[in-house]
Order: sequence, then structure tokens, then C-alpha cells
Amino acid sequence: MINAVLVFNNHGKPRLVRFYQHLAEEVQQQLIRETFHLVLKRDEHICNFLECGSLFGGADYKLIYRHYATLYFVFCVDSSESELGILDLIQVFVETLDKCFENVCELDLIFHMDKVHYILQEVVIGGMVLETNMNKIVAQVEAQSKLEKAEQGGLSAAPSRAVSAVKNINLPEIPRNINIGDINIKVPSLSQFM
Amino acid sequence: MIQTEASCCRIIFGMGKGKSKEAEIKRINKELANIRSKFKGDKALDGYSKKKYVCKLLFIFLLGHDIDFGHMEAVNLLSSNRYTEKQIGYLFISVLVNSNSELIRLINNAIKNDLASRNPTFMGLALHCIANVGSREMAEAFAGEIPKILVAGDTMDSVKQSAALCLLRLYRTSPDLVPMGDWTSRVVHLLNDQHLGVVTAATSLITTLAQKNPEEFKTSVSLAVSRLSRIVTSASTDLQDYTYYFVPAPWLSVKLLRLLQCYPPPEDPAVRGRLTECLETILNKAQEPPKSKKVQHSNAKNAVLFEAISLIIHHDSEPNLLVRACNQLGQFLQHRETNLRYLALESMCTLASSEFSHEAVKTHIETVINALKTERDVSVRQRAVDLLYAMCDRSNAQQIVAEMLNYLETADYSIREEIVLKVAILAEKYAVDYTWYVDTILNLIRIAGDYVSEEVWYRVIQIVINRDDVQGYAAKTVFEALQAPACHENLVKVGGYILGEFGNLIAGDPRSSPLIQFNLLHSKFHLCSVPTRALLLSTYIKFVNLFPEIKTTIQDVLRSDSQLKNADVELQQRAVEYLRLSTIASTDILATVLEEMPPFPERESSILAKLKKKKGPGTVTDLEEIKKERSSDMNGSAEPASVNASAVSTPSPSADLLGLGAAPLTNSAPPPSSSGSLLVDVFSDSASAVAPLAPGSDDNFASPDLASSEVVSEEPADTVHDADELFHKFVCKNNGVLFENQLLQIGLKSEFRQNLGRMFIFYGNKTSTQFLNFTPTVICSDDLQPSLNLQTKPVDPTVDGGAQVQQVVNIECVSDFMEAPILNIQFRYGGTFQNLSVKLPITLNKFFQPTEMSSQDFFQRWKQLSNPKQEVQNIFKAKHPMDAEITKAKIIGFGSALLEEVDPNPANFVGAGIIHTKTTQIGCLLRLEPNLQAQMYRLTLRTSKEAVSQRLCELLSEQF
Repeated sequence: MINAVLVFNNHGKPRLVRFYQHLAEEVQQQLIRETFHLVLKRDEHICNFLECGSLFGGADYKLIYRHYATLYFVFCVDSSESELGILDLIQVFVETLDKCFENVCELDLIFHMDKVHYILQEVVIGGMVLETNMNKIVAQVEAQSKLEKAEQGGLSAAPSRAVSAVKNINLPEIPRNINIGDINIKVPSLSQFM
Repeated sequence: MIQTEASCCRIIFGMGKGKSKEAEIKRINKELANIRSKFKGDKALDGYSKKKYVCKLLFIFLLGHDIDFGHMEAVNLLSSNRYTEKQIGYLFISVLVNSNSELIRLINNAIKNDLASRNPTFMGLALHCIANVGSREMAEAFAGEIPKILVAGDTMDSVKQSAALCLLRLYRTSPDLVPMGDWTSRVVHLLNDQHLGVVTAATSLITTLAQKNPEEFKTSVSLAVSRLSRIVTSASTDLQDYTYYFVPAPWLSVKLLRLLQCYPPPEDPAVRGRLTECLETILNKAQEPPKSKKVQHSNAKNAVLFEAISLIIHHDSEPNLLVRACNQLGQFLQHRETNLRYLALESMCTLASSEFSHEAVKTHIETVINALKTERDVSVRQRAVDLLYAMCDRSNAQQIVAEMLNYLETADYSIREEIVLKVAILAEKYAVDYTWYVDTILNLIRIAGDYVSEEVWYRVIQIVINRDDVQGYAAKTVFEALQAPACHENLVKVGGYILGEFGNLIAGDPRSSPLIQFNLLHSKFHLCSVPTRALLLSTYIKFVNLFPEIKTTIQDVLRSDSQLKNADVELQQRAVEYLRLSTIASTDILATVLEEMPPFPERESSILAKLKKKKGPGTVTDLEEIKKERSSDMNGSAEPASVNASAVSTPSPSADLLGLGAAPLTNSAPPPSSSGSLLVDVFSDSASAVAPLAPGSDDNFASPDLASSEVVSEEPADTVHDADELFHKFVCKNNGVLFENQLLQIGLKSEFRQNLGRMFIFYGNKTSTQFLNFTPTVICSDDLQPSLNLQTKPVDPTVDGGAQVQQVVNIECVSDFMEAPILNIQFRYGGTFQNLSVKLPITLNKFFQPTEMSSQDFFQRWKQLSNPKQEVQNIFKAKHPMDAEITKAKIIGFGSALLEEVDPNPANFVGAGIIHTKTTQIGCLLRLEPNLQAQMYRLTLRTSKEAVSQRLCELLSEQF
């Protein structure tokens, strides 16, 4: 079972947090901080699994993570999940985000928090893997967007305008685009941020 | 929405630019106040605004701030007909609502409506919410409904998927509320479903259900095998969307392989053949060239492969497959992907315990050792250590231990302690030559002294004491190791202990003459902590006995002001008492008191227990084997414990001669006392509650043929003798007969001082026939064990007809306790096996010290203890004639002082005393008011601790 899905940036700021077991808010924040410290001190190119000790209630749990540009995606799972399977699931999740947001970046996670949750919900519910087929996930998300648009008319264009406005402000800590590694996704506007 | 963005921007970038935490909190509080006023305002918010504010709250929650409002608004959104509003409502609920929220009824109501709506989108939202929250209330409301949705013919695929996982979640949180029923067989058939997403979800559900109800879901095995077979043999294009980077349905394959791990190998030969074929195909595919260079391709392919190998290991029945699996993992050990090396090491650990593949695993030893030396990643090195530990056997133990020691010099701090434990266990388990064992442990202390826990050095001492062939070597080795100018304190402890026992074995060599040994130890003395110094003082007094020629040197040291006037009470007391002992005791008495330690009873290694505790029970492999091997290594050749008659059987006056109290100085070299508790712990293995008393008693219990072939007569096992009445008699007295039947009489004699005590148990054989395998065992329950330390000395396993044997139990009260320990006795009498248990009357009041005080003092303290929890009162009917003199005697026998002329009513009795435990002292006051007319008593206890008041009141109430 997946116990938690945590996404935070290189500074440890949480960007998406989803716990599938009930924990008090302070405990959640503590776990995010500790997970961040564990993951941050690891070199690139070493293994993507680490035992989290007593962090999530025992030796049975592992953290499985991937690092994309400014963001860490961490899944905390118990021994009933396949490590490589979860690693691929993270990839599926990120690729799906990339498709849905057309070249996803950290800001998308901030401004479309609700949508990110909905996408995650199409992949994992209640700590279990719901769907692994990216096309199906994207189709579901698109169906939702259609429903939204039907209800809201032209308003939904606003967020993306806001994003592009902010993307063009020259901020010192501007979140960069997520680099998905060697998969074939068109990255048209990458150059201006990298 | 633009507003949301703007305020989010303020929050995010306002903080990002180095603004203080206070500024962030201020900003957020302002935002929260704004939202709160909008929710509370007169103007009804439209759905869009509600959605906007709920979104903001979610974001603020993400940043780690409590959200204590908005729940009601979210619940209202659930009943909206607009999809977007409903959706955000459900999101808020599943992220923010606790399972025990009062709103749960309202939420359940909305969910019920959506489930009944037949709108698949709404049903999906509702099911996701149930799965995410998964509370008991939800299980109560929906556990009956969801199986129906799951198996209904007209349910859409996506809803089925959600329903399966939803049910799984409810089953995980409240298995009692999910009834098995007709639906179970139909769920199994979902494995045949067209839609692979449905099959994946159903497989997850069935796997969990099958773990608890294997019979109900047995049919899933053949369905899973055929499904797996179809996936594995399909061309990569057959499964269209479910092909991931040229690997057909990797997640489903993994899940199916997991499901099969809930069951033994299929019995039906056709199914079994098909499964073997699948597994072979998967292994074959691993050898094919990759269809893509992408890491996703190899990940997905290997995820399936590792799961297949897990299944092969789980079945542990096909030697051919096991060896192939092992070879495959061997390839991965050298793979350039760190993840694969990590997983290969992990899987090999389980493979090493299979008899078919243990040898094959061993061939990779060089690679694994190399991994230990060269891996950059501590997680991988940790796995390598685990695997070396798992593959270790007699043939490679020396190499593996040497490599682990080598690695220890540079190992990460986080895993040092575990490596130390593992080395200690392997060295002991596979020691053929005990000099090697001693060298290894001393090396451990030298390299990683800080990480060598007490268990490890206790163990080396136990082993040296139990094996006389290694004692001389051990003495010589520690003597040499102590020459180092800076040696670890643990080495000083081991060295001090071993030289104190066996220094005489090397004293013949002029380079290690008694004086040199003494000077060497004493040169470390001032650098050590108090417990170590205490141990060294005991070594010195042992030297007085071993080497009379240096007695005056030692006495001079003991007499020095730094010892006799030491600020530490324990050290001072030892110095004073040892000095006196060496001055006034005759050589004979010295020899008796300071005799060599008797062998320790064999028991499970405390180190192993420690490792198990550290790693969880499942992870320490082949425990049984370790146990077996050890008992043959260690017990087989170990001398039977010799009982020293002169020291054990008579309560020798020398023990009390010096006013050392009941501390068991006799025969146990360093006297246990409060700060010397590290020595006490050498005896009391904290992990095993049972302290075997007789030599080889482990074998007596364990030996199955004894239990099965012997007629168990008289007392069936584990009947604790209902000697409550006798037991209560001992509350107020220390000597008498505890138990008697036709065969056996058990008598007791005991003495207690402060928190220590000693009990002599006399076993009398009333028959004219020998008792064989006579094995008394004192058992402390888990609750009792931390509070009471009991050390027992072994007794002779043969008791002649008409004879009496005696056994000593040394007692230390660590903290207050309720229960009494159990004395279990097993023996054979005329071919029948006897087993009986009695409660041993070691009760809390035994550790009473009476306290005299004036009437004024008494009532002042009485008032101080007026907290209702500190007082316990009992009103009861008199069971015996109400005689004032007998009552007084009982109160004195109970242990407290009887205070005369304190209570204004002369008919009442009052008492005071202090319960001594190692950790604390608890002052106790009691008052007993007899009512002669009614033949009743009222007993009141006031102490600083509720549990103590309670227990003392119980014990004393039974006496009148």
C-alpha cells in the first residue's frame, strides 16, 4: 500500500501532499520535513529506494523517489508494493502531469493544486494503484476539464494567463520546468527557463 | 480564480524573498480572516466563490497551517449539482476531514445520494472519497453497498475499478464490517474481465482478501495463472494501451505474481506446468536484448522479473528455477543500475535461506564483498551486509567476519551498531576455535568500541567463563590488548573482568606477573566512568584472593583517600568493604567468597535478541538454525554446571558477616548493587523471561520426545497450584512450607534488605525413588520482568530418594510490581513426567523498611498524601478472630513499623515504612481500624504511588 505521496521542491517547500493514513497535521509536517532531509542529502545516480526507519511506522516502509529538476516526487510504500513498479508509477504520474499541463512546471502545481489532486486521484486512491494506463488517465482528466468548461464558460482560461504572466516575471527563485529525463515529450519552450 | 492566483502569489513569493516567518504567519492569518468573514457574511456566496475559497484553504493547509473552519462549506458543496463544486467539496473532505469528524453523517448522506445517482462521474467521486477517508463510519454505511456495485453487470468499468479499491480500503480499516458472501466468487471472476484496469484493481483486492481467507479465494490461483500466461506470451502490441515501453501490462503482471505468493505451488499439474512455463518465459526474456534503451523499459521488465523471482523463492520447490533465479540475480549484482544491484542483494538474502540455492548464492561472495567496499550508496552497502550475514556458514565464516570487520573501520555511523551485532553473532555461531572468537570480539571493541553494546561484551564474558579451554588465551589476549595507551572503556571492562577471574593463568610469565597485571589495570582506572571503576575494584579484591603476594599493594590503593572518601557512594562502599574483607577474612573465607564464577546457564544469545528487536523478527533469518547450531557448539562440549556445595548450600555466615546486606556476594564475584547493575545484567538476560536453573534444562524443555512419549501424569502442564492460601501466609512471614504433595515438599527461607533479597528453596524428595531431570525454573511474566530481577543457581538434576536439595534465588526489586513470579518444577519420577507450578511469594511488601515517627510527623505526612489517587481503602469482613496482639504481629511481619500512641483511638493500628526499589523509594503510611461489633476492618493505605497503595492494600487485606 502507498502510505503517502509527497512532492516538494529543492528547498523542501511542499507542493503536493497526500497521506493515505490518518495522521495529525503536526505529524504530517514533521514527516515532510524529515523525508526532505533524508532525500536531499542523497547524491544523484544512487539508488532510488531508501529505508525510512521508524519514520512511517516501522522497517516495513520504504521511500521511493525521483528527482526532476526542482521537484522531488516521493512515494512512501510498504513491502507489498514492487519498488520498480512504484518507480515507474512516479514516471507515469509525472508524464501525465506533463501532458495535462503541456510542459509542466512547479508553478502549475501551485496554481492548479486542485487539478493536480484530481490527476493523482486518477492514479492512486486510498493508497492503492487505480490506473496505470496513461492514455486512460489523460482521457479521464480531459473529460473532467470538459465538464468544468461547460459549467464555467470562459473563466477557466484565466489561470493559464496568470501562469504565463508569472512565468515571464524575472524572479530569482523561479521554479524551473520539470525535466522528465529521456522520455519523448516535446519540450518547446524549455530554453527560456533553463 | 484570478484572485486565488494573486493571493497565492503573495503567499508564495512574499515568503520566498526572505521575509520572516512572522510575516508569513501574519499574511496567512489575514487571508484566513478574510475567508472566514466571507463564509460568515450575510451575503450568500455563489458556488464559484465557495470553490475559490476552499481552494485557498487547501493551499494554506499545504503550507502547514491548521485549518479549523470551512468544513461545513465543503459539505454543502457536496450536494451541489454542479460537477466542479462537488469535485472541490470532495477534495477538501478527503484531504482535510478526520475520520472522526462530527460531519461524517452529513458526508455519508451526500455520498449515499451520489452512489445512487447512477451518474458514473458522481459515483466515481463518491467512491474515491470513501477510499481516501476509509473511516469506520463509512465502512458501517457502505460496506454492504459497495460489493453490489462491484459485481453488478451494468456497472461501468471505471466505477468497478474504484469500487474494488474502495472495498479493499474498507476491508483494511474495518475487516469485521466487510462480510464475505456471494460476491466473493464473482469478484474472483473479475480476473477474467476484458478491461485490464478492472483486473488490476480486482487483483489488489483479492490479494488482500486471500491473505486472510485463503480458502474462499482458492479458485483465484488458476485464473491468475491463466491471465498471467496470456500476458506473458502476448506480443507487445496485443495489449495496446497497457503495454508500457514494450512491456505488456507490467503492473498487472506484478500484482498477479503477488497474488500467487499468497498460496503454495498449485496442486493441479496442468496449472502448475503453465505457471512454471510463465516463470521460465519471464526468466528467458531477461536474457533477450532490450527492445528499448529507455530506463522505463528495463524498469518495467525487471519489476516483473523480480516479482517472478520472489514467487520462485516463495514456492521454494523447483531447484532448477531457484538456481536460474540465483544466476539472474548474480548478473544484476554487477549491473550498472544501482537500483538493480540494490534489489538483487535484497532478493538474494531470501534466496540464501533456501536449501536448494544456498550454495549457489555463496558463489557470489566475492562480488558482494566487493560491493561492500566500492558501493557509493549506503542503502546498497547495508543490503550487502545483510546478504553476507545471510550467506554465512561454517565454510566462509572466517572470511565474511574478517571482511565485515574490515568494513567496520570505515562504515557509516548509521549502520555500525548493526554490523557489530552481526559480527558478534556470526563469530559465536561459527566459532570452531574459540581463540578466534575472542580475537574477533576484542577486534570489534578496538575498532568500534562505542557501538559495542553491553550485550556483546557480556556475551564474550559468558562464553569465556563457560569454556575453560579458552580462558588462558583470553587472559593473555586481553592483557596484550590493554597495553595500548588508549583503549576503549569496554575493553577495560572485559579485561578487568577476565583478568579478575583468570589472571592467575598467565601470572607465571614474568611479563604478566600479578603486579604488572594490577598496575596495567590501575593505570586505566582514573580514565574510566564510575561503573567501570566499580568493576575494577571488584577485580582488585579478586586479585587479593588470586595473588596474596600483592595484597598489600591493593590494600594501599583501596585505603587511599580517593577511594575511601570517594564522592560516589557506590565506589566508596566497595572500597571500604573490600578493604575490610581483605583485612579480617581468613584465606579460606576469602577463597570461598571470591571464588571463580560458576558457568552461566545456556540460553538464547542476548545479542540475537537485540538484533531481532532492531530489525523486526522477520528479518533475522534462520533463527532456529542458529539456536540449534549454538546448542551443539556451546552446550555439547561445555562442562555441566558444577554446583559448589560449600558456597551454595549453606547460607554462609560470611555473607552477612560484613554487613553487606543480602547482596549475593557469595560466589558471584562483583557484588551487584545499584550502580553495579551492569554486572547483575550479565546474569539476567533481559530477553528471556525464563531463567533455566538446571544444566541442560533448555534441552529438557525443548526435547519433543520427552513431552510426547512420556505419560504426563499427576499435574497436567501449567496448572499453577492454587496455593493462594499458602501464598498469603508468606506475605507476613519469610520461612515455611510453600507446597507439599505425596512426592515433593517445597520449603522456603528468605531474607530481604532494602531492594535486595535472597530466597533459599528446599526441595525434599518424600519418596524412596530418585527424581530425574529435576528442573526447577523461575518464570517472570512479561509485565513482571522489568520490575524484578531474579538470578538463580542451578541445582543437581538428580534428587535421591529422601534427600533434599537447596537452591538460592537472588532477588533485586527494580521497581514496584503486582504479580508474583511462578516457580515451575519438572522432573521424572518412576517413568512418569511431573510438572507443577506454584506462585513464589516474592511480594512488594518484602522490600519494606520500617520507619518510626511521632504522631505529629505521621499526620503531617498523612495530609501530604491526600491526593485521591494516593489513597486506597478497603472495608472487609474479618476472616480470623480479631485479636489485637496477632494483628500487631502481622503488621510488623508485613514490614512496616507499628506506631504506638499515634492514632487518637487506641483501638486503631497505624504503620509506616519505605518500600525500597532500585529506581525509587516509596513512602507508605497505613491505618487499620477494626470494628469489633460488626467484625469488620477498614484498611487505608496512603503512598506516593497509586499502584503501590493498591497492591499493598490487596496484600494486607488478606491477612485479617
